[in-house]
Amino acid sequence: MTRRPGEYAMKTLFLVCGLTAVAFVLLITGYLVFSGLPAIRRVGVAGFLLGDTWDAANPEDPRFGILPLLLTTVYGAAGATAAGVPLGFLTALFLAKAAPPWLARLVRPAVGVLAGIPSVVYGLVGMCVLLPLLRERLDLPAGDSLLAAILMLAVMILPTVISVSEAALEAVPREMEEASLALGATPVETYFRVTAPAASSGVAAAVALGVGRAIGEAMAILMVAGNVANMPSLLGSVRFLTTGIAMELAYAPAGSLQQQALLSIGLVLLLFVLLVNVLLSLALKRGKEGG
Amino acid sequence: MRRFFVVLLAAGLAVLTGCGGPGRTVNIEGSTAMALVAEALREGFVGWEPDVTVNCSGTGSGAGIEAAIDGRCDIGLSSRALRDAEVARGAQGHLIALDGVAVIVHPSNPVTGLTGSELARLFSGEMTNWSSLGGPDAPVAACGREAGSGTREAFEAAIGAAGRCVYTNEYSSTGDVVGNVAANPNAIGYASLAALNESVAALEIDGVTCTAASVRDGSYRISRPFLLVTGAGASLSPAAQSFLDYARSASAAEVIGKAGAVSLFSF
Repeated sequence: MTRRPGEYAMKTLFLVCGLTAVAFVLLITGYLVFSGLPAIRRVGVAGFLLGDTWDAANPEDPRFGILPLLLTTVYGAAGATAAGVPLGFLTALFLAKAAPPWLARLVRPAVGVLAGIPSVVYGLVGMCVLLPLLRERLDLPAGDSLLAAILMLAVMILPTVISVSEAALEAVPREMEEASLALGATPVETYFRVTAPAASSGVAAAVALGVGRAIGEAMAILMVAGNVANMPSLLGSVRFLTTGIAMELAYAPAGSLQQQALLSIGLVLLLFVLLVNVLLSLALKRGKEGG
Repeated sequence: MRRFFVVLLAAGLAVLTGCGGPGRTVNIEGSTAMALVAEALREGFVGWEPDVTVNCSGTGSGAGIEAAIDGRCDIGLSSRALRDAEVARGAQGHLIALDGVAVIVHPSNPVTGLTGSELARLFSGEMTNWSSLGGPDAPVAACGREAGSGTREAFEAAIGAAGRCVYTNEYSSTGDVVGNVAANPNAIGYASLAALNESVAALEIDGVTCTAASVRDGSYRISRPFLLVTGAGASLSPAAQSFLDYARSASAAEVIGKAGAVSLFSF
């Protein structure tokens, strides 16, 4: 027990700082639950989540089914993860273990820059380069599509996946790898059989962060996805949960059911990201108990 | 909250300039498409009534009309015709200008004109290839604005396809539509006359080009009104009445024209 006032003041400050983050999480969650529930209650949970038509601005017969948006977000995040995670994980393995130091010194800052590029710039490059390319190669009316969004998201989650998995791989004790090598395993066998399993919780965190980023991104995909609330198809124009909010918020009259429904979409988005995190940590726990 | 802030700001300005009481402000809100016109009128009104402060905020046509009906603002801005339900609740529209909605394609597109029915078939998804219109053998990308946009409502109503349009892509601003049509040889879209530039080509509709003159005399069929909206029940403050008179005067017409809209008077 210390009685010095300086110690006491600093400890209080630490406590306050620690609680600030928690307070923001509670504040945002509370606000979304409070303002997002009324519309869900009016439309009905099933009608809201499973309705296949979103036409919220229609003055005569508004429809508030977010299934097209929800599925687009699921497919988009899954596609981006499927493409981005292997690439990111192998890059991390390369940087942490296999790369000659001079090359790692070149690649690592490049990854950092990739993380720092604003999403609107990603969107701009996607719009000017990716969309014409897809349009001409695949003979589409326009390149705006789920595929374009998945490609953008895959690149955008790379830096997160790379830097978090690299840190996890670096943290694996050198002795474990040396033991494997001493038993006659090749370096590559050692990376995949020893280093990667030992770093699995860190890599899972990388995947969770990457998925979270893919689900939450709005600006870049607003510019390449086409934004029509169709049921998702790979080469068709699609609208995500995030872009659904971004497209309509400016025109939704204050206090209208449309505005409340947009807040409900925000609530669904938040729950969705929480669900992904819980599922991943559960899977990880089970994996550890099983192994 | 916003209203409170506006009042606070207005009160602050009134105190600072030392002229007029709280009755000498006019609060205007509504259509973002009319933002440039409203701002130009606000500046022009200084010469007409120097001691009246005008506050403008852009919230959207629907919100502006609601605010005018409920008396939360003096004058609403609407870039679409009033709906029957709004008129029944006491909204009155005062026409101050028109806006042409031009149909645009990529400059390389050989198609230079369409009829209204061709346009309706293109945007309702019945026509999907440019070759049936004398263009190249290429798919049609129909680009438009998001549901709720005044430009979209005016366009769909004018071509007789309200609520039936099937879009390839939707964008949340007129600038995005123009930019994407300029970048895609397959695209067709629509944009406010004021937003046109040389990166896209405007089509003749039923043989008429979209210009200020053809919109004004009604020969170009795709246009929408710019309205000032008042609530019928509430009595207009003298300052708001004065603003309304100014906006419909010949001297405001020039200001409106310079802001990109089609004024009702020709010069």
